[in-house]
Amino acid sequence: MDTLPIPVRVLPSIESPVYAFDPDRKQYYSTKILRYIVNSHSDSALRTIGITAVDLFIPILTYVFGEAQLDGKAAIVSGARLKQEYYGLKPDKRLYVERLFKELMHELGHTFGLTHCDLSYCVMHLSNNVTGIDKKTATFCENHRDQLINKLKELEIPYGK
Amino acid sequence: MASKPSIMIVDDEEIVRTSLSSWLLEDGYDVVPVESGKLALEALKKKSYDLMLVDLKMPEMDGLELMKEVKKFLPDLPVIIMTAYATVDTAVKAIKEGAFDYLMKPFDPEEISITIKKIMKQQMLEQENIYLRKELAKQFQFHQLYSKNKKMQEIFELIKNVAKTDVTILIHGETGTGKELIARALHAESLRKDRPFVPVSCTSLTETLLESELFGHEKGAFTGASTMVKGMFEMADKGSIFLDEIGDISPKLQMDLLRVLETKEIVRIGSTQPIPVDVRVIAATNRDLGKAIANGIFREDLYYRLNVITIDIPPLREKPEDIPLLTEQLIEKVNRETGKSVKRVSQDAMALLMQYRWPGNIRELKNVIERSVVLAKEDIITLNEVGPCFGRNVKDGISSGGSADMSLDQMEKNHITSVLKNNNWNISTSAQILGIDRTTLYNKIRKYNLGEDNK
Repeated sequence: MDTLPIPVRVLPSIESPVYAFDPDRKQYYSTKILRYIVNSHSDSALRTIGITAVDLFIPILTYVFGEAQLDGKAAIVSGARLKQEYYGLKPDKRLYVERLFKELMHELGHTFGLTHCDLSYCVMHLSNNVTGIDKKTATFCENHRDQLINKLKELEIPYGK
Repeated sequence: MASKPSIMIVDDEEIVRTSLSSWLLEDGYDVVPVESGKLALEALKKKSYDLMLVDLKMPEMDGLELMKEVKKFLPDLPVIIMTAYATVDTAVKAIKEGAFDYLMKPFDPEEISITIKKIMKQQMLEQENIYLRKELAKQFQFHQLYSKNKKMQEIFELIKNVAKTDVTILIHGETGTGKELIARALHAESLRKDRPFVPVSCTSLTETLLESELFGHEKGAFTGASTMVKGMFEMADKGSIFLDEIGDISPKLQMDLLRVLETKEIVRIGSTQPIPVDVRVIAATNRDLGKAIANGIFREDLYYRLNVITIDIPPLREKPEDIPLLTEQLIEKVNRETGKSVKRVSQDAMALLMQYRWPGNIRELKNVIERSVVLAKEDIITLNEVGPCFGRNVKDGISSGGSADMSLDQMEKNHITSVLKNNNWNISTSAQILGIDRTTLYNKIRKYNLGEDNK
C-alpha cells in the first residue's frame, strides 16, 4: 500500500449536497460538489478531497466513483458503489475501506496530474466496476510513482522517506 | 512513447462537452471539444484526430450530416454517434452511414471505455498492417520494379551484377512489360547513376528526324536547322541512353548506330567532325531480332554488338503471382495522384484480374487500375469497376478458345486446360480462379484426361 508523505487534516462533515441532486436520475452531480470543494479549499492545504456516501454521476456517464480536477486542487470520491450491500451482498467493512483507499489514491493521483495507467495493478488503472478496483493494488506503478515524485518535488515535498 | 490519441467531441451542450472532456482527459487522451458541425469541420483541417464523438441532434448540421461531410475527406476516421434519444431506426441509419458505434447518453463508463479502447486498438492494428505490407512489398521491390516471380528476381540479380560494367544490354519483352523501368534500374545501379538517363523511342520518329534526334545537327544542316542542336547521344554523355524499339530502326540508322558503338564517336548531321561520347547503350525491343536477321531486316553485326547481355522479361500472364502485388502498388500510386483512398480489390474482381491473359501486360493492368480507382465509389474496387474495363476483350484475354460449334464439355475442357497452363499447373490457384474446389478440379482433370503435356 502506497502512502503519501503528507499530513492529513480531517475537516468537520458538511451537510448533504442537496444542490447537486438530480431528481430525474436520483443521483448527485459530482462536478457541482467538486466545485463546492474547490471553492472551500484553503491554501494552507495542498489538496482537499471529499468523501461522500451519495451516488455520483456526470451528465454523460451513468455513474462515477469519483471525480478530480486534473492537476488541480480538489477531488471527490463516493462510497455508494464501493459497498458490498449496493450489490445485494453481505457488508464487508475491510473491503469497503480498501476500495475507498484505492479510489482516494486514484483521484488524488489525478490532482497531481497523473492520468490513467494501462497496467492493471497500478492504482491509476481505470476501474469502472468494483471487480476492477479489487483487481488493482493500492500502489503506483514505477512510471506513475516517478511522475508523482517529480510533481511532489516541484511542490517541494520530499517523497519516500 | 507515442503521442496521446486525439479525440474530438462535438456536442452543442456545454455540460456534455465539459464532463466528457474531463473524463477522457483523465484517461490520458488529448481532447478537443467543439460545439457545432461547422466548427468541427474547421478543426479537422487544422490537425488530425483518432476518433470523433458526435452528438446526433444538433442545430444547423446534425451528427449524421457532419459524419457524411467528414467521411468525404477522412473516410477512415472512426465516428461514434451519441444520442439521448436512441431509436433502432437512427441507430441502424448511423451504422449504415459509416458510424463505428452508436451510444446512448448517458454512457455506462465501462461501455464507453471499452469502445474507445477497441477503436484505438483497431487503429493501431490497421497502421501496423499497412506498415507490414509496405515492408513486405519492399522485399520484392527493386527500384521501381515489383515482383515475386523467380525469373524476375533473377533479372534483378543480373542487373546488380552487370550494371557496374559498361556492357551493352538488350532488353527483350512484350509491349508493356516494363522495359524502360528495367533500363532505369540498370542506370540507377550503375556508376553512371548521377549522370543523365536519356530514353529515346525509335518508333515515334521518321528516319531523318530520329537521326537528327540521336546525333544532333549543325546550323544549316538542313532546311529549318537554324541553330546547332546536340543529339541524345551527346546529352547522355557519361550517362546512359535507352534506345526503345531498336528493332524498328531503318538499315541506314542501324549502320550509323553500329559505327557509334564501335568508335564511341558521333558525327552531327551537316558535320564531318567526330565527337567522342562516353555513353552506356541499353536497347530494347519487343521483336524477335533473330527472326528479323533471318528476314534480312536487322543487321546481324549490330545485333551482336547490342546483345552482349540479354534480359528477357516474362510477360505478365507468366507471373500471375505478381498481379496482387502490382495491383496494390498501382492502387497506392493512383491514390496519391488522385487523392482517392481505395484500399484493395474485392476477391472476385481479383480473381478476374488473375484469370485475364493481359496482352498489354503491366501497362494494361495499370490502365485498368487507374480507371477502376477513379470510378470506385467505395474504398474497395469491385467487379463493377473492373469488369467494364475489359469490355469485349475479356473473352479474348481469357482465351479459352471456344467457338460456336463447340460442345459444352469441349469448352469446359479447353477452359480448364487454359487456366491450368496459365498457372503452371498450380492446382490451388487454378481451382480458385475456376471457382471450384481442388477435389472437383482433380475430378475434371481425370475426366478430360488432362496432363501437363496437354496442348
